[in-house]
Amino acid sequence: MKAVYKRELESYFNTMTGYVFIAIVAAFIGLYFVLYNLRMGHPYFAAALSSTIAVFIFAVPVLTMKSFAEERKTKTDQMLLTYPVSVPSIVLGKFFAMMTVYLIPLLIGCLCPLVIRIVGKGSLVIDYSAIVLFLCLGAFFISIGMFVSALTDSQVIAAVVTMAVLLVIVIWDSITNYIPETPVASLIGFIVIFFLAAFIIYRSTRCWTAPALIAIFGLVASIACYFMAESWFQGALKKLLAALSIFGPMNNFVSYYVFDVKGLLIVICFAALFIFLTIQAVQRRRWN
Amino acid sequence: MIEVRNLVKQYGDHYAVDDISFTIEKGRIYGFLGPNGAGKTTTMNIMTGYIGLTSGQVIVNGHDIQEEPYEAKSCIGYLPEHPPVYGDMTPLEYVTFAAELKNIPADEREESIKKAMELTKIVDVQDRLIKNLSKGYRQRVGFAQAILGFPEVIILDEPTVGLDPRQIHEMRELIRSLGKDHTVILSSHILSEVQDVCDHIIIIHKGKLIAQGTPEELENQMRGAAMELTLKADDPEKVGAMLSAIPGAKNVTCHPAKNGEVMAELEPEDKNSDLREAVFNACAAAGCPLLMMKPSSISLESVFLELIADTGAEAQVKAEAESESQEEKDGDAQPEAPETDEKGGDE
Repeated sequence: MKAVYKRELESYFNTMTGYVFIAIVAAFIGLYFVLYNLRMGHPYFAAALSSTIAVFIFAVPVLTMKSFAEERKTKTDQMLLTYPVSVPSIVLGKFFAMMTVYLIPLLIGCLCPLVIRIVGKGSLVIDYSAIVLFLCLGAFFISIGMFVSALTDSQVIAAVVTMAVLLVIVIWDSITNYIPETPVASLIGFIVIFFLAAFIIYRSTRCWTAPALIAIFGLVASIACYFMAESWFQGALKKLLAALSIFGPMNNFVSYYVFDVKGLLIVICFAALFIFLTIQAVQRRRWN
Repeated sequence: MIEVRNLVKQYGDHYAVDDISFTIEKGRIYGFLGPNGAGKTTTMNIMTGYIGLTSGQVIVNGHDIQEEPYEAKSCIGYLPEHPPVYGDMTPLEYVTFAAELKNIPADEREESIKKAMELTKIVDVQDRLIKNLSKGYRQRVGFAQAILGFPEVIILDEPTVGLDPRQIHEMRELIRSLGKDHTVILSSHILSEVQDVCDHIIIIHKGKLIAQGTPEELENQMRGAAMELTLKADDPEKVGAMLSAIPGAKNVTCHPAKNGEVMAELEPEDKNSDLREAVFNACAAAGCPLLMMKPSSISLESVFLELIADTGAEAQVKAEAESESQEEKDGDAQPEAPETDEKGGDE
């Protein structure tokens, strides 16, 4: 893992990618800091940082797009996969290398709360916990980008798809607002989710039994629950989807100054899930 | 050393490797020979653990490549068809990265890096970016990575493709010297290369192993017991009649040569019988001095062409039948088989 980590990190600084990412993200953090905190006099750096989320939607894919797509295109994955290294250590090595590049502009941002502290009154606790949240969000975004990159051998497609996915995640709250709350809508929604899961499992395993069981179980269980506890279905789909929100925890940190452990855990779990999926995607490619 | 048992790799309905079994023994140079698309690269990719297999088993040094990949991969150095080099690194950085990845102990690392780079002659270019190097140098950097740490088995997929004649010569010398105390497996569609370098040849065609053995064994296998003769005589027809009269001889052909000589060929009816004495006596009795008698030679090239022509013909007929039925369905469908077959025939 160490060798892969070192090589990946060096490759970001042998090419322009690392410098461009750091320069752009740091410049926008600086810009928002100047506008929000220094000009408008907002006391917390957390607010400025949360506004830079849009920059991350475009910058993170630039970081992640080449991670696996390029290896596949130049066939260097043939070296990694025939060496005595495991796929998880390759994936983790790459992940931590990207996290390191991601961390650098955040570390520069760590100076901002100190500046506020010197010239006025701020809260280091609130600001630094927002930076911790952004670190976890970075892990989540990077794991998604890495997963998408492992699915294709085109860097451009990897970048565009990752941008689209990150955009959906960021506007997730606005989307879930439009989900109908009636029990029937929830029932249909749950059945669709089960069938979608079954379809995805079938597509990736080419095996009928497990997806069929999931689909039948989902159908029966949803309908049974619907007739037994209709009231529970009231707005259940909306609640479920809203629980996956990333902006919820961010608002808690930034607007309500609450250290939202649950929200943080959700973000970290999603990052772990996508790292796991990346490992599976790389393994799977060996078999097709 | 390496045992491959009933290896099958299936892509949809297409068998890239179809039930191949062979054993690789220590300290020899093996050559995989076959036309393009024969399944050489797929076999090597499976042996090195790069891709999975549909069924069968590959055992490297007692370790199953699927079940104990770490141990099995530690014994193998692999140079794929396209050298897996990173353009944004220098050869020195790249080989150092390979050494770290191979877990070569830190105190031996520098020494083995130096050795690999010297053997492949890339020390001169060690500080240039790999993307700026020529194809030959890139191939050598890839080669350095494969022999780094001197694994017991070195697998090379078409190691001389894209090199100039001098580089090819150097590469063969290097492979020969490595073959002295390592097991080397190389693939090629160039017959002379395999004949030149390898102790043992495995011929693969259309995913099937169709022959294996030393170059001599393969030649013997195809040779049969035909003989070529040169006699001093005026009339080829008389010679033909005389030779045909020998009991056990068949397929006699005679044609006149210069200076009153006749060249003749004959085959024994029973492959194992020795007709040499009978031929000598017959010629002596007829008063035709026998100037030369030798078993008719058959080169490895003709063995190869004959072998792939045999299986090729069957496959071609099948593929044509398939393509006809496909064309009836839709005009766009392009069957793969005839294309690879044509390529194979050219080489």
